[in-house]
Amino acid sequence: MVTLQINNQSVTVPEGTSILEAAKSIGVKIPTLCNFEKHEAKGACRVCLVDVEGARAPIASCAMPVNAGMKVQTNTKSIREARKFVLEMLLSEHDGDCKVCDRNEDCELQALAFEMGIKTIRYEGEKTYKHIDDSTPALVRDSGKCIKCRRCVTACAEIQGVGSLFPQGRGFQSIIGPAFGDDLNTVACVQCGQCGAICPVGAIVEKDHIQGVWAALDDNTKTVVVQTAPAVRAALGELFDYEPGTRVTGKMTSALRELGFNAVFDTNFTADLTIIEEGMELLSRLKNVLVDKKPAALPQFTSCSPGWINFVEFYYPQFIDNVSTCKSPQQMFGALAKTYYAQKIGIKPEDMVVVSIMPCTAKKYEAQRPEMATNGIPDVDYVLTTRELGRMIKQAGIDFRNLPDGEMDAPMGIGSGAADIFANSGGVMEAAIRTVYEIVTGRELPMEQLHVEPLMGLKGLKKASLTITGTVPAWSFLEGVEVKVGVAHSLSNARLLMEAIKQGETFHFIEVMTCPGGCISGGGQPRFTDDSVREKRIKAIYDEDEAKTLRKSHENPQITEIYKEFLGEPLGKKSHHLLHTHYHLKDDLKSDK
Amino acid sequence: METKKNLNPELDHLLDDLMNYLDEIITQSKDKPGALIPLLQEVQKKYGYLPKIAIKKISHDLNIPFTEVAGVVGFYSFFSTTPKGKNVIRVCQGTACYVRGGNELLSAVKSKLKIDVGGTTKDQKFSLETGRCFGVCGLAPVMTINDEVVQRAKPSNVGEILKQVKE
Ligand code: SF4
Ligand code: SF4
Ligand code: SF4
Ligand code: FES
Repeated sequence: MVTLQINNQSVTVPEGTSILEAAKSIGVKIPTLCNFEKHEAKGACRVCLVDVEGARAPIASCAMPVNAGMKVQTNTKSIREARKFVLEMLLSEHDGDCKVCDRNEDCELQALAFEMGIKTIRYEGEKTYKHIDDSTPALVRDSGKCIKCRRCVTACAEIQGVGSLFPQGRGFQSIIGPAFGDDLNTVACVQCGQCGAICPVGAIVEKDHIQGVWAALDDNTKTVVVQTAPAVRAALGELFDYEPGTRVTGKMTSALRELGFNAVFDTNFTADLTIIEEGMELLSRLKNVLVDKKPAALPQFTSCSPGWINFVEFYYPQFIDNVSTCKSPQQMFGALAKTYYAQKIGIKPEDMVVVSIMPCTAKKYEAQRPEMATNGIPDVDYVLTTRELGRMIKQAGIDFRNLPDGEMDAPMGIGSGAADIFANSGGVMEAAIRTVYEIVTGRELPMEQLHVEPLMGLKGLKKASLTITGTVPAWSFLEGVEVKVGVAHSLSNARLLMEAIKQGETFHFIEVMTCPGGCISGGGQPRFTDDSVREKRIKAIYDEDEAKTLRKSHENPQITEIYKEFLGEPLGKKSHHLLHTHYHLKDDLKSDK
Repeated sequence: METKKNLNPELDHLLDDLMNYLDEIITQSKDKPGALIPLLQEVQKKYGYLPKIAIKKISHDLNIPFTEVAGVVGFYSFFSTTPKGKNVIRVCQGTACYVRGGNELLSAVKSKLKIDVGGTTKDQKFSLETGRCFGVCGLAPVMTINDEVVQRAKPSNVGEILKQVKE
């Protein structure tokens, strides 16, 4: 432990702690722009300056470890002025207009300028090179607004293990972006949006679908239906000043109705359907291998997370057959809305518009994939992030906090607790285990609260195994089999898992969610997300699950109904046509990074 | 890594050669720490520039993201990603030349060739670079074409000077 003085107050912290962290521990706030969470400080922005007695110049506190006896001042006239100067320089280069910027609601640079009391921009510097990159379906990059803090570089390389962003060029001319300053579609970016989630300014944002959705809502010839992913209800409230982890399912439903959607449905419904189809797919792969001695790609990989699919296609194409053929819940929903539901209410699929509310930017990418259309009509037309939904609610003048709790519509509005937990890392696996175990043994999963403890929480790589005993006759070939599962979240951990598989470690089923902690901290969720926020959202999701009496996908009455009325049987002909797909390899220039 | 021949037609004749060469030098240094920059330097030295496909292969084999390798390439001025033209033109931007119109001379060459400093014309005939004093300040402003010094070059003569350069 090291003892030092900050603003004449004594503080003791572990060796290696930065001055910034030491100050935080006694409630002294130092402004930051480049530093974030637990990642190694880059010292790039220099707004975190402090005065250290004996030092010749102010020091960047995020990158400076404490020393015994150090005397630090964080709020002197000269420090305030030094920080202000740094910020003024950033602002003088900055090519953006707050009034019409996507980040006007949560920009860290703007907030800091206000906090520091900057009233005029005294220097008119040369502006940062401005290029708008809207080459990808999910994201828009604006280099003019970039302050070169490099948070996105860290997020992409260290959290996601992708490395599609890096400083290019030298000095003032340098930009932060893909290889050679080209657009994002020239590199193997998976569209996860973690770079944009962590960017302090408006330099990386989601592609706007709000305009399209308003146009659809205003068009009387269209029936507009909406689905909401489970992670949204655990985070949307943050945009209306609720504490992270406040569940707002009922208010969200009411808000969607007030926005004018003709029907408000739940992606949870098709998450339950995914469990049935994907669970049966797993059982049939196991049967192929164990009984019929036919080849089948094992382990089976979950296919709900589109960033993960991109990752497999780019980096592990040899494993493409391991990916479950199930479309994601978002896409299954769209396919069924435009067939099953459209028939029910007697309209043509082309007169229906399907909108999704997702915590994710990669879902925008997924929705436009050629594989995700039925008879040439896209399953899903627009994908709004949680943040975009918040904006629409504000644009419509809806008083969110005072809304009554609404209920979702039939016949695609019921979801089990198993579907809710799709939002958390480990949740899809747990949901699958709840159902598959019961199908195979005829008994309920014998675990406290139906939770598979080792698969829960923020650990990057999680494993569990379950020996199956007491099988019902139809599945007796699984008697005594030890089923091994693996769970990873954030793609750097997925890479570790993939390498373990390549080295020969045995698994039967793998769940990967692209974002840290799962969809609850997807690239489209309210900013700013750190582990403490993640934990609160994760808890909210498990609470939502536990509060329900319906907690297993196969017990969802609407699922029983749709098989009876429309789909026939799991993995049947109709399912195959509407709910399953095959992924294709990307062009090889990109697939080798 | 698999490569397709038609990825970059301009490289067709070099491709096999290049790939074999890369395989050889990468195998030698792959496991050494800090292998990247020396490898890039070797390729640059042999080919006079870094073809993108070579950067991709190095990135792939060394397991460093392509974007990161590109960033390294772009950071050092001794790396270039465009092949040099048949004739290299250097315009001096040293003080003496500058004072006597070196800057205007550079602008004239740029606009005549329609390329920037560091660029190469589409027909691969010319590359343009700048220099800092060629040691003939008395003849300022100076430019060189390959190793030949053109003295007291005037912006208005640039067209004429370039025309005389052989095919
Ligand atoms: S990035 Fe921030 S400071 Fe820049 S224009 Fe947008 S809101 Fe304003
Ligand atoms: S979207 Fe994801 S993969 Fe693409 S640049 Fe951003 S962080 Fe990297
Ligand atoms: S894009 Fe955003 S996160 Fe990345 S360097 Fe620029 S300002 Fe920072
Ligand atoms: S936060 Fe310390 S240098 Fe940016």
